[in-house]
Amino acid sequence: MLLSPEEWTALALSLRVSLWATLASLPLAALVALVLARGRFLGKTLVNGLVHLPLVMPPVVTGYLLLLAFGRRGPIGAFLAETFGIVFAFRWTGAALAAGVMGFPLMVRAIRLSIEAVDRRLEAAARSLGAGPVATFFAVTLPLVLPGILAGWVLAFAKAMGEFGATITFVSNIPGETQTLPLAIYAFTQVPGADTPALRLTLVSIAVSMAALVASELLARAVGRRIGIV
Amino acid sequence: MTLDVDVRHRLGAFTLAARFRAEAGITVLFGRSGAGKTSLVDILAGLVRPQEGRVIVDGVTFVDTELGVFLPAHKRRVGYVFQEGRLFPHLTVRQNLLFGRWFTPRAERWGDLGHVTELLGIGHLLARRPAGLSGGEKQRVAIGRALLRSPRLLLLDEPLAALDEARKAEILPYVERLRDEIGVPIVYVSHSLAEVARLATTVVALNAGEVAACGPAAEVLAGVALAPLGYGESGAVVEARVAAHEAEAGLTRLESPVGQLRVPRLALAPATPVRLRIPARDVMVALASPADISALNVLPGTVVAVRTVSDAVADVTLACGQGHIVARITRYSVERLRLAPGVAAHAVVKSVVFEGGATAGATLGFAVTAVEAG
Repeated sequence: MLLSPEEWTALALSLRVSLWATLASLPLAALVALVLARGRFLGKTLVNGLVHLPLVMPPVVTGYLLLLAFGRRGPIGAFLAETFGIVFAFRWTGAALAAGVMGFPLMVRAIRLSIEAVDRRLEAAARSLGAGPVATFFAVTLPLVLPGILAGWVLAFAKAMGEFGATITFVSNIPGETQTLPLAIYAFTQVPGADTPALRLTLVSIAVSMAALVASELLARAVGRRIGIV
Repeated sequence: MTLDVDVRHRLGAFTLAARFRAEAGITVLFGRSGAGKTSLVDILAGLVRPQEGRVIVDGVTFVDTELGVFLPAHKRRVGYVFQEGRLFPHLTVRQNLLFGRWFTPRAERWGDLGHVTELLGIGHLLARRPAGLSGGEKQRVAIGRALLRSPRLLLLDEPLAALDEARKAEILPYVERLRDEIGVPIVYVSHSLAEVARLATTVVALNAGEVAACGPAAEVLAGVALAPLGYGESGAVVEARVAAHEAEAGLTRLESPVGQLRVPRLALAPATPVRLRIPARDVMVALASPADISALNVLPGTVVAVRTVSDAVADVTLACGQGHIVARITRYSVERLRLAPGVAAHAVVKSVVFEGGATAGATLGFAVTAVEAG
């Protein structure tokens, strides 16, 4: 109603890209966080550095590296396209990949911190009660880490909603396919006299971010009450 | 049930080298903080893997480093009650209690939720979360959780350490009920002589990672073995029973292995068992039976050991009747009276402390009641 069809498309695409990006990267982020929090192995610092790289590199660099690796002629991109028919280049899936990569360090960081905060003596108690390592993880560790996972997911989602540099470099700015909210705002600012739609989308962007924050706060409180932490 | 332990484990500068055997009932691991009690219990539970040695419970080998056997903690079916409870904060009391049940094969379950909640008096807490429980309630839930694992061995690591006297008095009767009603073998860690005297069937005294003494409670606590640990609280533990009341004098006569004892009247029926501790510092030694003395209890016996405690003080152990009594006297007196093993002497008992046995506990309470019988 308030937005033009093109603007609705950008908003819907942004939500889809961000959801896919964060949901698909969540299991991997949890695993990496677990390994970084609990694992003791050679090269841990290196893994930690690699995970954090997208946080400290210019987004353009990340986008360009993604283009080199996942582009049509890139080694991984060509393999995935031939074997599974999955194409990232200039598709919304590519936007999701870029958003996922950029949000990954934030997600890992939040989950890792909450895993490190789990009282390991509770896990010893679970083992003494007959729970093996896997059962202990699902019955004790995971529920206690849940607020951290939620926080990491919201952070990554917010990051994905705002991701610009890596996306435009990797998959360009194609309306209806890769033009997410920030890219649409950018496009409007490049056209003379399109200040009004740019401003409208800016307000939408702010509203979505606020909604995500409030939702995460409510969810965290509900989970906290349920697991007896708050 | 037999518990067969022989382990060596090094942790930094500390070396645990413990070897003992215990039968059914409550085995108390006794010693100061840092003596290695918790490390030993962690080894029994499988939370720590000893570098060397073996642990065999009721014929089941938990650990044998020579044979390369190590049964992981979750396969041992050992109930562990930790010092700090360690209840799961994200589960209700009911879910906490039933946690171990999920992992116990149906055929091996003997713990029953209804029975356990009734035994521990926690039925009204089932819907609550651990955060809302008092310290005593938390510990009772922790005991219930360990019991519902249907354990072949129950480990209690100073379950009362974090509680005040009133809460301790609240929990101890439940521990006695576990021993008497459920019959599960228990290893109980404590540094409190009072708890040992009240609960122990077998005592394993640990000192700096080594077993200083091991054996039936009354024997170990007789002070013979504990004296070198310097607890400053040595004494004899005596199992007695009420013989008769002397209404006119307001006294009660007790029958015990060390002989007959007379104490101010107890509100207990004849034949009721009571456990007494006779503190060494409240016992005098006399060569001849003293006449015209206010003390009521003068027990004839023979000196079996004299152990120097410090420059000035020694503990003299006397065999009286079928039991032992320990007297803490000056070394000067030891020399003056020429006390040595084999010398006939009399123990003059000035006071007796009731430890509140299974039945006397209800009447006398746990708080130690010192009775001046002199």
